[in-house]
Parts: sequence; structure tokens; C-alpha cells
Amino acid sequence: MTTDDLIARLTGELKPVSRLAVLWRVVIGLGISLLVSSAMMYFWLGMRPDMMTAAGTMMFWTKFAYTLILAVAGVWAVKRIAYPLGSIRVSLALMAATIVVMIVLAMAKLAMTPPDQHMAMMTGHTVAVCTRNIVMLSLPLLVGAFWVLRGLAPTRLTVAGAAAGLAAGAIASLVYSFHCDESAMPFIAVWYTLGILIPGLIGAIAGRFVLRW
Amino acid sequence: MNPVETRLKELMLASLDGDARSYGILLNDLARHLRFYFLRRLSDAHKGDADDLVQETLMSLHTRRATYETDRPFTAWLHAIARYKLIDHFRRNRIRATVPLDDAEDLFAVDQSDAAADRMDVERLLQSVPEKSRDLIYRTKIEGQSIAEVAQSTGLSEASVKVGIHRGIKAIAAKLKGRADDDR
Repeated sequence: MTTDDLIARLTGELKPVSRLAVLWRVVIGLGISLLVSSAMMYFWLGMRPDMMTAAGTMMFWTKFAYTLILAVAGVWAVKRIAYPLGSIRVSLALMAATIVVMIVLAMAKLAMTPPDQHMAMMTGHTVAVCTRNIVMLSLPLLVGAFWVLRGLAPTRLTVAGAAAGLAAGAIASLVYSFHCDESAMPFIAVWYTLGILIPGLIGAIAGRFVLRW
Repeated sequence: MNPVETRLKELMLASLDGDARSYGILLNDLARHLRFYFLRRLSDAHKGDADDLVQETLMSLHTRRATYETDRPFTAWLHAIARYKLIDHFRRNRIRATVPLDDAEDLFAVDQSDAAADRMDVERLLQSVPEKSRDLIYRTKIEGQSIAEVAQSTGLSEASVKVGIHRGIKAIAAKLKGRADDDR
């Protein structure tokens, strides 16, 4: 095909583009995968049985706020990196600051508790599965985030993959917080955070292969 | 602002609103710009890929045109896409951005400092030889004249030319030996 033929074809196919097209793609891609991830949590893990009473506790909302801020920063990162020359520095700074605040809060909590309870606060009763479950719940979201980016134009694929992974992990941890009844701050600071960083790593590694266009 | 940027951006904005005529003009313009861009960056062996890259870039521009943010420079956006396509092309074909070795000679200055140092050593040694011998050695060993030629031009017999050279070389040898002894 000659370049002239191609131009004729593309010109013939031209349709107006909405200014919100990129945002729409992010919302659709992550929205659908959020539904899949939530369904996975509901049918595979189940909602926490004490949901009603938990909703009245400070700890539930701390967890909620922590994962929500990270999720919003992650979604924003996916949108920013979808543009050529896009940068996720602002999102990364917000995520890092949020994680630091959480770690400080967790250490304050530990400092206020007798040392013999520290181990219990770190491990809770689900330490063996928490991070793994978050990573599992993040997989459909990772696929969704990759789908979003594959249709757009990220030019730094490893960074784009990392953004997709962090967003997937953060949203998954938000979903998981409706199942998980752990309520110790140090537990959240360690295992939830790990459950967000691992998908970030997976995304960064997979990005340069999966996201090519 | 740069007139090219202004013109292309106007065409792009119209294209995003669905104006096919502007889009046709834009793509034709860009095809020319892009061919130039790629040709300049491909080595001679890969210049044939320029047209493929132009088409790939135009196709990507088309399918990803929603990622152009209208408050930003159009040429920067286009350049980012073209650059991505070029790097992807290098990666896919395992091309390294190198210069063929034949062409690299120009890059290196020839180092003549060794030769200069040698010449200085020789001149210094010759200075230590009696003037008559020095001239003979210079003509035969450095300028490369034959004994007969030197004999003719100096009016000496060939035998005395040989003797003169021999004495001079002996003197140089003694000098070198002496220096070697000094170094010890």
C-alpha cells in the first residue's frame, strides 16, 4: 500500500473525536475490571460478616481512605501515562506520601502498644493470605489497565506498566478491604502495601512486552 | 509561535472535529515531514524502511489521535509518536544506533606525538656527533641518499664517507650506552 492510499483510507474513516475520549477509555476499562474484581471477591472470598458493625469503626474507614487515595492516584497515573510524553511523577509522589503517612501511623500505634502484642498486630490472623489475595484480585484490573493503555499512546512502556500495576493493586486492595476484617494499622501498612507494590512490579516487567503498539 | 506549529495545530484541531479535508492536507504534510525525519535517522542500510515507518506513524496518529491534548504543542506530540515508532523499529530489528566502522576513522585524530618524540630523540643524538659525521649520517640514514651520491656532492671519497658515518654511529652508540649506564 502506498502512503497516498493509506492517507485516502484514513481520511475516509475520519470521525470526530470527543475531548473526553481518553477519560472514557480509562473509566470503561477500569470500571469493567473493577466489577470483575469485586465479583471475584464476593463469590470467592465473601464480604466480611461483620460489615454492618465494621462500617461504624474508625479502622474500617482508615483502611478505606488509605486504599482509596492510592487507587485514585493509580487511576490518575494510568490516565497521565497514556499520553505520549506523559509523566506519573505527581501520582507517584502522592502514593509515596500516603504510604509514608500510613507507616508513621502504624509505628505510632506500635509505640503505644506493649511489645508482646507487636507480633500479633503485624500478623493478624490472615497474614498467610492477605497479600496473595490482593494480588489475585488485582489480576483482572491489571488486564483492564493494560487494555486501556494498549489503545492509547504510552511511550515509556515500563513506566506505563508500573502505573497500570500500581493502579490495579490499589483498586484491588480497596476491594479486598470489604472482605478483610483485620483492623491493626501495622498489618495494613505492611501487607496491603505489599499487595499494591507486587502488581506494580508485575506491571513494570510485563509492560514493555504487553504494551507495545 | 512557530508558523509550522500554528498551521499543523489548526489542521489537527479541525481534524479532531471531523473535518476530512483538513485531515487530508495534514496527513499529506506530515507524510513529507516524517519521511524526512526517518531518512535522517536511519543508516544507509535501512533507508528503505522509511516509508514503512511513515505509514506506521500515520496509522498510529489516526488510531490514537484522542491522546492529543489540544492545549499542548502538536509538533511535540507528533514527534513523541514518531520517536517511539523509530525506537520500536530499532528494537524490533535489533538495530543498534551505531556508525559503520569504515566511517569511524574520521572520528579519531591520528596520534602523532610518538613520532614527534622519536624525531626529537634522533636530533638530540645527532647534535652530540662531530659536525662532519653528523652531516654524512643525516644525508645517508635520514634523507636516504646513497654513499656514492654523498661522496659526489661532498667531494669526499666513498671510503672516507663510510669511515665518517662509521665514526658517527660509533659515537652515537657510545652515547646511548652511556645513557643506559646512567639510567642504571
